[in-house]
Amino acid sequence: MHNSSEKYYVPSQSSWPIVGAVALFLIGYGAAHWVNDFTRDRSGFGVYLLIAGLALLFFMLAGWFKNVISESMEGLYSAQMDRSFRQGMSWFIFSEVMFFMAFFGALFYARIISVPWLGGAGAKAMTGEILWPHFHAVWPLIKTPGGTESHAMPWQGAPLYNTIILLASSVTLHFAHVGLEQGKRLQLKIWLAITILLGAAFLYQQVGEYIHAYHELGLRLNTGVYGNTFFLLTGFHGFHVTLGAILLSVVFLRILLKNHFTPERHFVFQAASWYWHFVDVVWLTLFVVVYIL
Amino acid sequence: MSTNEHSATAHTDHDHAHHDHKPGGGITRWLYTTNHKDIGTLYLLFSLLMFFIGGIFAMVIRAELFQPGLQLVQPQFFNQMTTLHGLIMVFGAVMPAFVGLANWLVPMMIGAPDMALPRMNNWSFWILPFSFTILLSTLFMDGGAPAAGWTFYAPLSTKYSGDSTAFFVFAVHLLGISSIMGAMNVIVTIFNLRAPGMTWMKLPLFVWTWLITAFLLIAVMPVLAGTVTMVLTDKYFGTSFFDAAGGGDPIMFQHIFWFFGHPEVYIMILPAFGIVSSIVPTFARKPLFGYESMVWATSSIAFLSFIVWMHHMFTTGMPVTAELFFMYSTMLIAVPTGVKVFNWVATMWRGAMTFETPMMFALAFIVLFTIGGFSGLMLAIVPADFQYQDTYFVVAHFHYVLVTGAVFSIVAAVYYWLPKWTGVMYDERLGQLHFWCSLVSVNMLFFPMHFVGLAGMPRRIPDYALQFANFNAFISIGGFLFGLSQLIFLAVIFKAIRRKGVKATDQVWEGAEGLEWTIPSPAPYHTFETPPHVK
Repeated sequence: MHNSSEKYYVPSQSSWPIVGAVALFLIGYGAAHWVNDFTRDRSGFGVYLLIAGLALLFFMLAGWFKNVISESMEGLYSAQMDRSFRQGMSWFIFSEVMFFMAFFGALFYARIISVPWLGGAGAKAMTGEILWPHFHAVWPLIKTPGGTESHAMPWQGAPLYNTIILLASSVTLHFAHVGLEQGKRLQLKIWLAITILLGAAFLYQQVGEYIHAYHELGLRLNTGVYGNTFFLLTGFHGFHVTLGAILLSVVFLRILLKNHFTPERHFVFQAASWYWHFVDVVWLTLFVVVYIL
Repeated sequence: MSTNEHSATAHTDHDHAHHDHKPGGGITRWLYTTNHKDIGTLYLLFSLLMFFIGGIFAMVIRAELFQPGLQLVQPQFFNQMTTLHGLIMVFGAVMPAFVGLANWLVPMMIGAPDMALPRMNNWSFWILPFSFTILLSTLFMDGGAPAAGWTFYAPLSTKYSGDSTAFFVFAVHLLGISSIMGAMNVIVTIFNLRAPGMTWMKLPLFVWTWLITAFLLIAVMPVLAGTVTMVLTDKYFGTSFFDAAGGGDPIMFQHIFWFFGHPEVYIMILPAFGIVSSIVPTFARKPLFGYESMVWATSSIAFLSFIVWMHHMFTTGMPVTAELFFMYSTMLIAVPTGVKVFNWVATMWRGAMTFETPMMFALAFIVLFTIGGFSGLMLAIVPADFQYQDTYFVVAHFHYVLVTGAVFSIVAAVYYWLPKWTGVMYDERLGQLHFWCSLVSVNMLFFPMHFVGLAGMPRRIPDYALQFANFNAFISIGGFLFGLSQLIFLAVIFKAIRRKGVKATDQVWEGAEGLEWTIPSPAPYHTFETPPHVK
């Protein structure tokens, strides 16, 4: 289990982390200013700080990963180091699961507790009677107690196709992984390219769905708790699909241009594919509890 | 054992031509460092700074409460002080201090050359000063700092909050990123970098408690991120998670917040258990009693921490079944905690005890933390809690567990390991003075709060009824004395950093056992580059 013969690689000093900390500072401070300005139709410097921070973050990530890649290529990383990376990625994905749990929790709470209570269910009959006597508790909540109306998002059509697309992309990514492990580079490249295209197709449809929701269904971020949970859950999911697609694209470019990754050593491919499968599982949960039920 | 000769491994990091492990000169040593000891030092010094900043806010609170009526500050500013005091102490002082201790100690205790992901380690630390810069900058904004309490309940933090809300939200996001990366690093280090022969049941308890703490951090910090995100969208983008008119519920905020919040309080106490479990055996000169039961007790507390959150919300009108469940599950925590206290006492039983400063703080921890635990049990009883809710009794309770619990354990840890870090013994006379001043003043400060709380004085109010005047004056004097006592601590640390004192031996303490006591004092810049074999 322990490789006492191997030395664990401890990198010497690096300036990337402090660059990353400055980038996050610019993003946080800029975003806070921007949010205050944006919601009051003011202009301010926040948005520039935010953009500068994001640019700096990308610059930092690129530089940091470049270091890591060259260290890996020089063979400085032992199997023990590889395990550190893998375990780190697994715990990162676990933290992401918990982030989504907060929003799924909010959805369940609204559906099972707050909306029925507002409708006067159980011991809370007087709550409904006193606050909003004309409110009927139904889910999806297309008419809020305050009276805002919208339409529910059907699961047929785009959401269903998106489910099929994302499920298929997990399978194609698996084929790419098999290709990598068996040394079949062409199979790897083709399936990986298809996976990225499927991811892009998913995002394209998702944007179309948002436009549909805003313009035709009247379903918006501010139309009550159904719209909130719908947009924040699918929005954060879409953001994660974007990140996953960027990760996979970087992996694809490294394979295409630099011929990186071997059947034995391909941590980044593995990490990106774990991430992709995680995003897929989140969508499945989302499709069932947000759209169908 | 390895000394500070550097390894033959080649390095390719971009910005350093001289490929050695020695610390670089000047400020870049601290900005670019990947060394767990440097990063541990940074965390600890940052935590010390935050401890004093949060302490100044507490002094403002106590000065205002010294006499009834509005004396010094406006109510809105008073609320900003209570809010920032809580946020700074929880996220700026206690948590970073424990992460700093983990950085210094975990690799040395398990025989690892460094943390598993050293560059990410640096990133985790350096996010913190920036995050607190954002948070503290709100003090100088129009409308001032966040004032909704460190628990930022909706709608205080949504409908009735100022422009600072967005700054608070993004500061918390950065803190969360930092904590999660720090926790990942600790877990991976413990899983993957243990020296050969360092099996699970040989791990020092500090390592065990930190492993479980790190798991809690990764599990709940993202939930906090979710909570503040909902606050942000509710305030700025018209969502209604916490607004009944849109189908949401302000109580939902409390559920999500406390699902994070309760594990969070164990994040702040489990490493303290590990510290006390390290110190007591050393000065009792006996091995820890019931090692395995300590591991199981820690794990049980961590598990239970996920199913007790609603005991913070007994008065919000929940079904009786829920009240009963959360009352009993909360009381259940007393069982593993009792196991721990029993084990510490049993460790001392017929030990050859001496009472150096770290031991004094550890002993005070055992007694005073237990008092905080007992008042916790009282709060767990639903009908009693209806009386105690939001009174100073609650303030007394959590300050006993957090100040005489978490903070005392951190102070004990600093005295205990300072000779290993600096190579010189701290000033024992000053240490004892610090201890006795702190012990007396902290009890003057927090013990009477139980009584005013039981008599009905509400928390987070800048004014109070006249009958509480004498008690509050006494409490405030205790508070000022406790604040002043910490200047002695500063002097002790300053002397030790200046290397003023008797040279410490490798083992430092006669009864100390563990890998960190086998290396020279001060610990060389790099330790265990070749893993030791643990028998």
